[in-house]
Amino acid sequence: MSNQLRKALLLILVGCPILSAANELSGDSMRSLDGQVQEIKSDVLNIASELNTLEERLLFPSHTEVSLFVSLAEDQDFRLDAVQITIDGELATHHIYSFKELDALNNGGVQKIYTGNLTTGEHELSVTMIGKLKNGKDINESSKFAFTKGIKPKAMGLTLAGSGFGNDGISLGDW
Amino acid sequence: MLRQSISATGLLLLVLAATPSRADDMNDLYFGEALYFAHQGLYFEALERLDTEVRQHETVDEPELDSLFVHIDNAQFSLGDFELRYRMHHRAGRAIKAVLEGAVDERVRNDAAYRLARIHFQKQQMEDALLALDRIDGDIPHSIRDDIEFLRANVYLAQGKQLESVEVLRKLQDSDEYGGFASYNLGIAYLQNGQRTAALEQLDKAGQRNTHDPSELAIRDKSNLVLGTILLEDGDHEQALPPLNRVRLDGPFANQALLSAGWASLAAGDLERAVVPWSILAEREVTDSATQESLLALPYAYGKLNIHGRAAIHYGQALDSFGKEVKKLNTSIESIREGNFLKALIREEIRLNKDWVIRLRTLPEAPETYYLMQLLASHDFQTGLQNYLDLADLRRKLLTWTGDFDAFDEMVEIRAKHYEPLLPDVDAEFRKLDSRMRLRVEQHKTLVKRRDDLLTTPRPEFLATPEEQAILARIEALAAAMVTSPTENKQNLGRLKHLKGILSFTLRTEYHERFSEFDRNLRSLDEAMAVAQEEYDEYVRNRQAATHSYVGYNKPIRRLRAEAEVSVEKIDQLMARQGHLLEVLAVEQLVARRDHLENYGDKARFALADSYDRATQKQARVGATP
Repeated sequence: MSNQLRKALLLILVGCPILSAANELSGDSMRSLDGQVQEIKSDVLNIASELNTLEERLLFPSHTEVSLFVSLAEDQDFRLDAVQITIDGELATHHIYSFKELDALNNGGVQKIYTGNLTTGEHELSVTMIGKLKNGKDINESSKFAFTKGIKPKAMGLTLAGSGFGNDGISLGDW
Repeated sequence: MLRQSISATGLLLLVLAATPSRADDMNDLYFGEALYFAHQGLYFEALERLDTEVRQHETVDEPELDSLFVHIDNAQFSLGDFELRYRMHHRAGRAIKAVLEGAVDERVRNDAAYRLARIHFQKQQMEDALLALDRIDGDIPHSIRDDIEFLRANVYLAQGKQLESVEVLRKLQDSDEYGGFASYNLGIAYLQNGQRTAALEQLDKAGQRNTHDPSELAIRDKSNLVLGTILLEDGDHEQALPPLNRVRLDGPFANQALLSAGWASLAAGDLERAVVPWSILAEREVTDSATQESLLALPYAYGKLNIHGRAAIHYGQALDSFGKEVKKLNTSIESIREGNFLKALIREEIRLNKDWVIRLRTLPEAPETYYLMQLLASHDFQTGLQNYLDLADLRRKLLTWTGDFDAFDEMVEIRAKHYEPLLPDVDAEFRKLDSRMRLRVEQHKTLVKRRDDLLTTPRPEFLATPEEQAILARIEALAAAMVTSPTENKQNLGRLKHLKGILSFTLRTEYHERFSEFDRNLRSLDEAMAVAQEEYDEYVRNRQAATHSYVGYNKPIRRLRAEAEVSVEKIDQLMARQGHLLEVLAVEQLVARRDHLENYGDKARFALADSYDRATQKQARVGATP
């Protein structure tokens, strides 16, 4: 019995030969299916790309399109919980960050937080960010920015630093 | 199998080695957006965004003015990374090849060659991987030097070139990033090359590395387990114990190490010592095969120690446990055959975390998921499962889009209904406005030309007021009438000449002032014209936007809808086949596991009877002793 049990132990380490033939067969089928799965992924990606372009054209004509992006400054020392954005006094969007989203922002990702339509001319953007500093202190900062919407699509990037002092934590860049 | 596990180890690190850019360096928001999705494990969205962005960049007239220009190499690399992570190996590499073939800096070319080699490695194309590695020459970015060598060693191992692999791995022993893995792999390379002594020494070294890194701790445990197992197999029982005892009790290899440690002690004749690890193991998760084996091993040791009563009790407990597990396995097999396994796997909450495989552990205890972690140990099963989940994800997306198509159709129809009756009148008004606008633009152009001409050739009469122009015309007319009888009109002609002279004097003396006034007026006219032009342009844009808001969508929407429907059909077929394969694989493995347990159960039953007899005899002997 001792030998049998030891053999069983080795099976755990090197795999189960009883199943190897069946596994090999399944392995071939898996690989064949894998190729087909890759093809369908490619097809659906193409559909997604065309659909996004179509959607953008349909919902956000280029002369009125405004997009707003959010990123975090490097080495920022706070945890971002939420962002609220108003344009010309109207609530444009608000977002509460999940752990995954925050992780993505911390790793250099840029979030497209808002896309909408605005007339050409002067507008006012108001941004509020809510979060927590490393020392546990809550932060709730707001900043206002004036911007001009021209006839081309407008993309603006908000960089959040969470300095906790005045308006330094929120900066707006034009792209 | 061992080689596969080595490759998988290498693979894990290589995938992790991809380094996305930080937002602060990011001039291209759309590339940043792709990274945002990628960092959340949403590779479909990341690929879709970045592929579109790169394609757009390739079609712009002046790419150097495009925001992606400075990131294009990085973007191409990221495309390759995302494709790999989304398990699209067929496509992965084409973007990186484009970088390699372009006129790029040596460091970028070397980086591209390394990434291409990594893709070939993952596609199991070892020759191509080596060819790509051989293209690396000259200035190599410091951050990927160890990555290149570790990959090279893994490729050699996969090709069975152990000697070459040993050479490379030796140099990596002090690597910060790969030291632990290279140390273990070097031991395996020695072993595969038949250098047993060197292999054991190396595994011993790898098993005693000082580290706090979780992945290095795991590979250290693995080194100790493999070393202990080899020594145990070779009959070096005493020597097998120290490495087995070094395996952490809370690590992924703990159960196997405890089981082996028990056998090593038993084989060395120290039965009491064998009981210790097996007693610990017998209390652990009962679905683990090492635990199940310990349930038999523990009473076996008690039997050898002549503690037959306790042995009988443990055999009885093992029998109960095996019976329960066999029952559980039967329920699992039945549940899987009823399709519940696949339903459990595609639950939405599992995909919320990027480490979804780990989250599978948190699935509620249910018949279809009892032995899930054991099934996931198979590479084919994992690939199949990931594909199945990806297909389910794609299906969900396509069905959502089908709803979007309906909304788009409705939107286009509403817009058409709104605009079509309005546009003929609007167009008629527009035509009138357009002709007036054109006239004004022409007049404005004439005036501008006149001003410019006056700057070079002064013509005072051009700046006469309408009254002065009328007087001048009247003078000219009267002079023309009088000129036929010059003698009679001599005096009047003189007066006319005098009047004309006064007017000319005024025009000439006031010329500069009048020209300045004219210029001022023209400039304010310019401003008014610019405003008018802006309003005109805005009107034209809005008019175009009205048409563009509903014209030209029906055809692409129809086509995309058809493509989505075809894709859903294909996905349904693929999911059925993939799901069936997963179920077959799962059932096969569970049936084998059940057979194994039934075999254990038989042994436990016989051993229980034997122990019971022995215990009874012993008791009788004790009772018979005066």
